[in-house]
Amino acid sequence: MAITASRITVSLGGKPILHDVDAQIRPGEVLGLIGPNGAGKTTLLRVLAALLTPDCGGVDYDGASARALGRAALARRIAFLAQGGEAQGALSVEALVGLGRLPHRRPFAEAGEVDRQAVTRALALCDVTGFAARAVGTLSGGERRRVLLARALAVEASYLLADEPLAGLDPQHQLDTLQLLRRISREGTGVVVVLHDLTLAGRFCDRLLLLDHGRRVADGAPADVLDDDRLAQVFGIHALRSSQAGESFLLPWRTLNNENAP
Amino acid sequence: MTPDASPGIRPAPLLGLLAFATLAMTAISMAVGYAPLALGLAVTDLLAGQKSLPALVLYELRLPRALLGALVGFSLGMAGAAMQGLLRNPLAEPGVIGISSAAAFGAVLVFYSGLSASLALALPLGGIAGALLATVILFILLGRGASTTTLILAGVALNSFAGAATALALNLAPNPYAALEIVFWLMGSLVDRSMNHVALVLPLMLLGWALIVSTAPALDALSLGEDTAASLGFDLAWLRARLIGGAALAVGSAVAVTGAIGFVGLVVPHLLRPLVGHRPGRLLIASGFGGAILVLAADIGVRLMPVRPELKLGVVTALIGAPFLFALVQRLRREAL
Repeated sequence: MAITASRITVSLGGKPILHDVDAQIRPGEVLGLIGPNGAGKTTLLRVLAALLTPDCGGVDYDGASARALGRAALARRIAFLAQGGEAQGALSVEALVGLGRLPHRRPFAEAGEVDRQAVTRALALCDVTGFAARAVGTLSGGERRRVLLARALAVEASYLLADEPLAGLDPQHQLDTLQLLRRISREGTGVVVVLHDLTLAGRFCDRLLLLDHGRRVADGAPADVLDDDRLAQVFGIHALRSSQAGESFLLPWRTLNNENAP
Repeated sequence: MTPDASPGIRPAPLLGLLAFATLAMTAISMAVGYAPLALGLAVTDLLAGQKSLPALVLYELRLPRALLGALVGFSLGMAGAAMQGLLRNPLAEPGVIGISSAAAFGAVLVFYSGLSASLALALPLGGIAGALLATVILFILLGRGASTTTLILAGVALNSFAGAATALALNLAPNPYAALEIVFWLMGSLVDRSMNHVALVLPLMLLGWALIVSTAPALDALSLGEDTAASLGFDLAWLRARLIGGAALAVGSAVAVTGAIGFVGLVVPHLLRPLVGHRPGRLLIASGFGGAILVLAADIGVRLMPVRPELKLGVVTALIGAPFLFALVQRLRREAL
């Protein structure tokens, strides 16, 4: 049981984005996709979610191809949280989260009891039950991100693929969100999350996949992936390291090109 | 904007209410005319198969006018809601993809050729041919993986081409009278249409409506963006094809049979959106009924107004529609503050 992408190569508009990338998402695990801007993280996530067909290579979903599974079955298996977070402002939060149940409902059927329970759970998990009746357009950016995450959780899929779910969240909700993702992974969901914060990525992900210029540079335990050489080569930074209550962490401290400046 | 979203009215009662209002307006439309008509007698005679004068007036004049008003209004209202949902833009209207202009040009070409004088249905047939040709061009232009921007751009291109070709036909009109006839037709009217017109457009419209309504769940998902909608299991290329095809059938045949009736497809979805809880999928049928009610009301209005010859329907719907848009501008400005 896993989503396995092998030798993924993608060009968009003639520009190579991904080259020969392998990736695997396992149930019960949080995989962090990290890399500098333009490394190909979002493109890889879209390929994994079957939203983009790669030029070369293929993705296997628990032993079947996306085509063999069909759109509906795939939509029940994979929940996708897009980066920008588009939403129609006048829709109520509850109605928006309810859209996550569309893959489980027959066309034109009203939401059933199972759907309502899933929506209630998702609202509670993302701490947005309090504004279930509000119009999405009246929420702050961070609140809206949490509502959109609730929409993705409402699918109750085996895999959750989230593109920068922390963008715009305050520190409390960043930590809450990562703890939430960890929790659902412990309940069996395979989670992939695109992150920019290396401190949080190192602390909360079980495994990190580091991309640079469309290539897989490293894939493994956070402590192995985030070593000093890679931080210097890929991100051009130096990080401080410490530990707290037996848990080690790193803190991006300064860029290296400043040090080299005359 | 109030913080709480308007939950809307439950679909069944809302649609029931709108359907009832549409039926009532159709009945009123049949009761209104230039000559007094004993409606009860006309209906009894018609049902009994007696070709009395009241029965003939009802069947040949009043019934097709009322039915076409309802059908055309329903098509415009539903297609407007569909386009606003597809493009996720409240300013979209049925004409945005260029089908209406192409249908108008097809009809104008028939006018110009003189075919319309010899064959009563030549005009709507020309319009439908124009709409279908434009749809084929649109599909060729778009290919499979087209974006929303490409669709709007293709629509703008089709619109300007069909508009220019129509202007060219007017420019080259053999005499001022022919040009005037074309201009009046373009303004839209339900006068002097027959049951043959109804029979011609009804199957096309029904097919168009069915295609559009089939997209309702996908349109709801599309409000979250294209990637999210695709991740919820909807095929966006197939969604676009059904919507464009459906709108082309419904709007193309509407324009072909009545000329251009503006603003209905733009205004009606705006008015009804809060009542359906801002769900694009639920808006489709409601907006169809709303369009039918608005067109029937405008058509009743032109007959009751003491202006002869009667005003063109397209002029009246635009005159009613524009103030709604002014109000919308005000509301959007207040919300932006």
